[in-house]
Amino acid sequence: MTKKVILAASVLALFSSPVMLTKATADPADATLTIDGKEMTVKTAAPEGHPFDTLYSGWLYREPETRALEEDSFENPGMFGVEQGAELWSVVEGTAGKSCESCHAEPEVDMKGVGASFPKWDADAKRPINIELQIDKCREENMGAEPYKFDAAEQKALTAFIKHQSLGMPVKLDLSQGELQTWWDRGKELYYTRTGQLNLSCSNCHEDHNGQMIRADHLSQGQVNGFPTYRLKQSKLISLHNRFRGCVRDTRAEIPKAFSDDLMALETYVTWRGTGLSVETPAVRQ
Amino acid sequence: MTSTLRALVLASGISAVALTGSAIANDVKPEAVAFSDAGGIETPVAAQAGSADAGKKILTDRGLGNCVACHQVSSLDAPFQGNVGPSLDGVADRYEPAMLRAIIVNPKKALYEGTIMPGFYTLDVGKHVREDLVGQTILSAQQVEDVVAYLQTLKE
Ligand code: HEC
Ligand code: HEC
Repeated sequence: MTKKVILAASVLALFSSPVMLTKATADPADATLTIDGKEMTVKTAAPEGHPFDTLYSGWLYREPETRALEEDSFENPGMFGVEQGAELWSVVEGTAGKSCESCHAEPEVDMKGVGASFPKWDADAKRPINIELQIDKCREENMGAEPYKFDAAEQKALTAFIKHQSLGMPVKLDLSQGELQTWWDRGKELYYTRTGQLNLSCSNCHEDHNGQMIRADHLSQGQVNGFPTYRLKQSKLISLHNRFRGCVRDTRAEIPKAFSDDLMALETYVTWRGTGLSVETPAVRQ
Repeated sequence: MTSTLRALVLASGISAVALTGSAIANDVKPEAVAFSDAGGIETPVAAQAGSADAGKKILTDRGLGNCVACHQVSSLDAPFQGNVGPSLDGVADRYEPAMLRAIIVNPKKALYEGTIMPGFYTLDVGKHVREDLVGQTILSAQQVEDVVAYLQTLKE
């Protein structure tokens, strides 16, 4: 009996200093990322009220070969999606006989900064919208075209193209728009809520254990600044809500719908968690 | 998505459901498991004694324990062992069987509330559990005893 008590006590002692456990191995790489001659901010001081001191891009947690692919725009397979998006820009669709270009003639200028500042408040819908939903809004309201199905190749390509126009710009949300702050609060709550039979929250993996290996995967801070990302394993662009759904599914929970209120709240909050990191779209992942 | 995760995650529901769930008559039901004051579980949860051999397989099976997603065991021949949790080498020197059992059943009670480690024989789980898994534990009572039997072989 006494022995057990001592054991239990020593367990508690061990866990009262979790830092000891998390320091084990595999810190983010100490490297700099330059794309098309622009230096990316892959490491930066966290904004006020953030649980971390320092924010690290997911790029720093990847293998050297994967990192090299993102560094070279000619090698980056995600750039095919960006190019496809550039072509779609001028394709006329819908009853109004318009394309994106009809309203935004110079995407390199008109779209600069957009990818660094979304989600933004949509006063009509009274909820935050991301790039995908903004594209749909333009299609429906200005082009008389159907919204895209979630994860349609065109949706991912156009989103990647738009975000790519902000390459290197620091992520910064204006939380004073509309009720965005309330959605941030809701997203924060979700981030720390354990789900599924495995009883895991986003924070369990990406806050408490980033830098460590979970099977073959090096856990990052779960930053969103590179989405849509190109995944080598799946040989295609992966949207942010696809990634969110995958992480939730892996807790053995029911999977939330893409663009649902919950996932929009989560996107708002998680985007804020990456404040100051550069937009890297299309980032490359294993 | 990631194979890791899929791993951790003990992916395919089908085999998990077939193997776990419906407690056999003489097993202690998950809601009836009693923790001692010291945090351990003295009484085995399954009617039959555990098999260390069977337990060894559960540690590496992605659909079952998948313990090596987070822990290392040097003597196991399994690739990509994680380090989210401590190495389990010598774990039998550090814990009595009752404590090992409690850690597997529900580490939130046995260790501390905030641990990432899932409880393998508890219904105290997260929100929105996948529909087909509601009321099911990750491992069966027998599998818990198998794992406990195997962990007892891990001495330095
Ligand atoms: C069981 C562990 C686990 C949980 C829980 C989890 N994730 Fe992940 N997540 C991973 C792994 C592993 C990866 C791939 C490696 C990496 O980038 O961290 C990943 C990747 C990501 C990425 C991509 C990062 C990048 O740079 O490409 C984002 C974003 C993300 N997760 C967000 C979330 C959110 C939001 C939640 C909660 C809804 C969540 N994760 C829950 C394990 C988890
Ligand atoms: C998602 C990650 C994860 C999985 C899966 C997991 N564990 Fe753990 N385990 C941990 C962590 C982390 C700790 C340490 C407590 C903490 O820091 O939260 C731990 C602690 C332990 C301990 C105490 C070790 C010590 O030396 O103090 C034992 C024993 C253990 N786990 C066994 C297992 C077994 C057996 C399985 C599979 C049936 C398993 N774990 C699955 C993460 C995990």
